[in-house]
Amino acid sequence: MSGGPEERWSIARRLTLFLAAMVAILALVSWGMVTSFAREAAGRTQDNILAASATSIAETLRSESGEVRLELPYSAFSMLGALSEDRVFYRVAVGDEVLTGHADLEGPDVVPGEVVFATLPYRGAVVRAVSLQRTILSDGAAVPVTVTLAQTREGVQAIAAGLSRQAAVLSVLVFVLAVGIAAFAVRASLRPLNTMAQHLATRGPSDLRPLRRQGPPELMPLVKALNRLMERLGGSLRRSEDFIAEAAHRVRTPLAVVRTQAEIALHSVEEEGQKQTLRRVIRAVDESSRSASQLLDHAMVSFRADDLTRERLDLPALAGNVAEALRPTAQMKDIDIALDLDPATALGDEILIQNALRNVLDNAIKYSPAETKVTLSVRNGGGEARVTVVDEGPGFGTASAGELTERFRRGARAEGVVGSGLGLTIAEEALRAHGGRLDLSGDEDGRGACVSLILPAV
Amino acid sequence: MRFLLVEDNHELAEGVVQRLGLDGHAVDHAATLGDAEDCLAVADYDLILLDVMLPDGDGRDFLSRHRDRIETPVIVLTARSQISDRVGALDQGADDYITKPFDFSELEARCRAVLRRRGGTAKNEITLGQAVFDPTAGTLRHGEEVLDLRNREIRLLEVFARNPGQILSKGQLLDRLFSMDADVTENAIEVYVGRLRKKLDGVGVRIETVRGLGYRMDT
Ligand SMILES: Nc1ncnc2c1ncn2[C@@H]1O[C@H](COP(=O)(O)OP(=O)(O)OP(=O)(O)O)[C@@H](O)[C@H]1O
Ligand SMILES: [Mg+2]
Repeated sequence: MSGGPEERWSIARRLTLFLAAMVAILALVSWGMVTSFAREAAGRTQDNILAASATSIAETLRSESGEVRLELPYSAFSMLGALSEDRVFYRVAVGDEVLTGHADLEGPDVVPGEVVFATLPYRGAVVRAVSLQRTILSDGAAVPVTVTLAQTREGVQAIAAGLSRQAAVLSVLVFVLAVGIAAFAVRASLRPLNTMAQHLATRGPSDLRPLRRQGPPELMPLVKALNRLMERLGGSLRRSEDFIAEAAHRVRTPLAVVRTQAEIALHSVEEEGQKQTLRRVIRAVDESSRSASQLLDHAMVSFRADDLTRERLDLPALAGNVAEALRPTAQMKDIDIALDLDPATALGDEILIQNALRNVLDNAIKYSPAETKVTLSVRNGGGEARVTVVDEGPGFGTASAGELTERFRRGARAEGVVGSGLGLTIAEEALRAHGGRLDLSGDEDGRGACVSLILPAV
Repeated sequence: MRFLLVEDNHELAEGVVQRLGLDGHAVDHAATLGDAEDCLAVADYDLILLDVMLPDGDGRDFLSRHRDRIETPVIVLTARSQISDRVGALDQGADDYITKPFDFSELEARCRAVLRRRGGTAKNEITLGQAVFDPTAGTLRHGEEVLDLRNREIRLLEVFARNPGQILSKGQLLDRLFSMDADVTENAIEVYVGRLRKKLDGVGVRIETVRGLGYRMDT
């Protein structure tokens, strides 16, 4: 599977990151706003004080015997000092002539009747300056007097910076808190999804029941889609099961007709040649029927092994059932099935283990001569549960276990015995799927076969 | 024995009726579940052979519906081999199942096993001279003595008992008894006949050798 990194990221991670980014932007913006408000407010305060001071200076201007006189009021400067320790500069000029103060202080151009502000560099610092003009009557003539007052901005900036710092700390706190809440909220919101996933994961392979329609409404479309999918899946499984059943029925019923007719004919014909032909017909029917069964069983074992159910298996009970099912077949050859069952439990799929044991026991009966004994035992020990089938037949001879468990592999003594060569393959696959194994052995002198189904015990 | 065969394929049904007839069994045939109910209402059967796929329903559903009413043992004829299917049949009250196409010796062995398990056997007894032969239980009762017979001996004796006075060739017996067991030779027939003769000693019936033709049982 491929996909960009953002596709592989978990939803929780993506949502948390997204929310964090959003909170970060909000925090930055609000910090920026607080900072600029603070700067503006401090600036406006300074402006107001500057304007008030300049006005009060201008008010002390008077004309005395043709000369403009000024008495600098102390209060004007103390007002400015109240704001900060910033340096203050001033200039009072009558026309173009500087009356008092710093002659090189160039304020903003004055507009009659208005208070004009400007921020400008002065003596290596940035100052806020205010200029206003007042007209004084001197000797019957109107003389314009310009008052310029300037103050450095360190105090204002310090206040603004302090406010900005506090805003920054607050923003970071809000950010951390918001991200925490976001992460928690994301996790909590995704919990129903995780619960659903867990629920689905623990289901057995054939459990296609619909999901319960509970949970947040956002999940309902998913739940509905899943339920529809499972319904369709169940339907097509049922259809294919029905189809297999129907197909098997249609193929096997005519085969049964052929076999039955051949058996009847076998009883009425006298000539050995015809009898031989009929026996061959019956044999061919049996071969094809056996192959069909074993192929189906093999497919079923592979299917079930893919996704194993693990229930507790009472092995002696299971062995007893399989033995009972095959006892009539054994009796046809007067073979005795002796049981020797110890208690043992394993975890697994009952149908698979039953099928495995059935194939092994079927072999023991099939390949043993009449009137012998087959022993079926269950043992528990060393962390293993063993179901063992021992017979008194010809044994495996020189064939190795690996060869005999191969698909469609039949042994040397299989001629004349109907079979498809899949029995041990099926048994082996079933055991492998359970973490167990199939053990084949025989006596040294080649008499008898001993096959063990070994499973991890619980 | 009396069988009820519920099977919708007429050719197969005919064959089964005929084949079981060869062994001396009476078979009634019902083609549908409805017919089967009619038959069960008027007659007693030793065994029901029930197909799973019938035109008016599933044989297994029929079983689970009527299990408490029908006491006759049932062997299901299934077309599938999957264990799950087999188990399904047993769960729903069948006594056993057999996969189509089936070997009649196996069917017979399964019928015998089912009947033995159910314990109802008395009516199929055959009188042989002074002894009573019960092919279902596999016993030969002679006065106080009850002899257990092995399966192949039972089947051989049953063939003789149902065809008294008739000459049966070794080949015929072989096909009847061992159907497809390739390892059995005609010599084996001699061995089993020898054993039967010993067990029938003093009963008043004898298995004679008809030179060149086979055997015949005289009562
Ligand atoms: N108990 C046994 N005694 C002697 N030979 C055996 C025994 N079990 C298996 N074999 C040999 O192993 C071979 C493989 O067995 P397997 O069960 O896989 O196939 P099969 O019996 O031939 O066919 P089927 O699929 O019908 O069972 C057999 O053909 C037979 O030769
Ligand atoms: Mg086999």
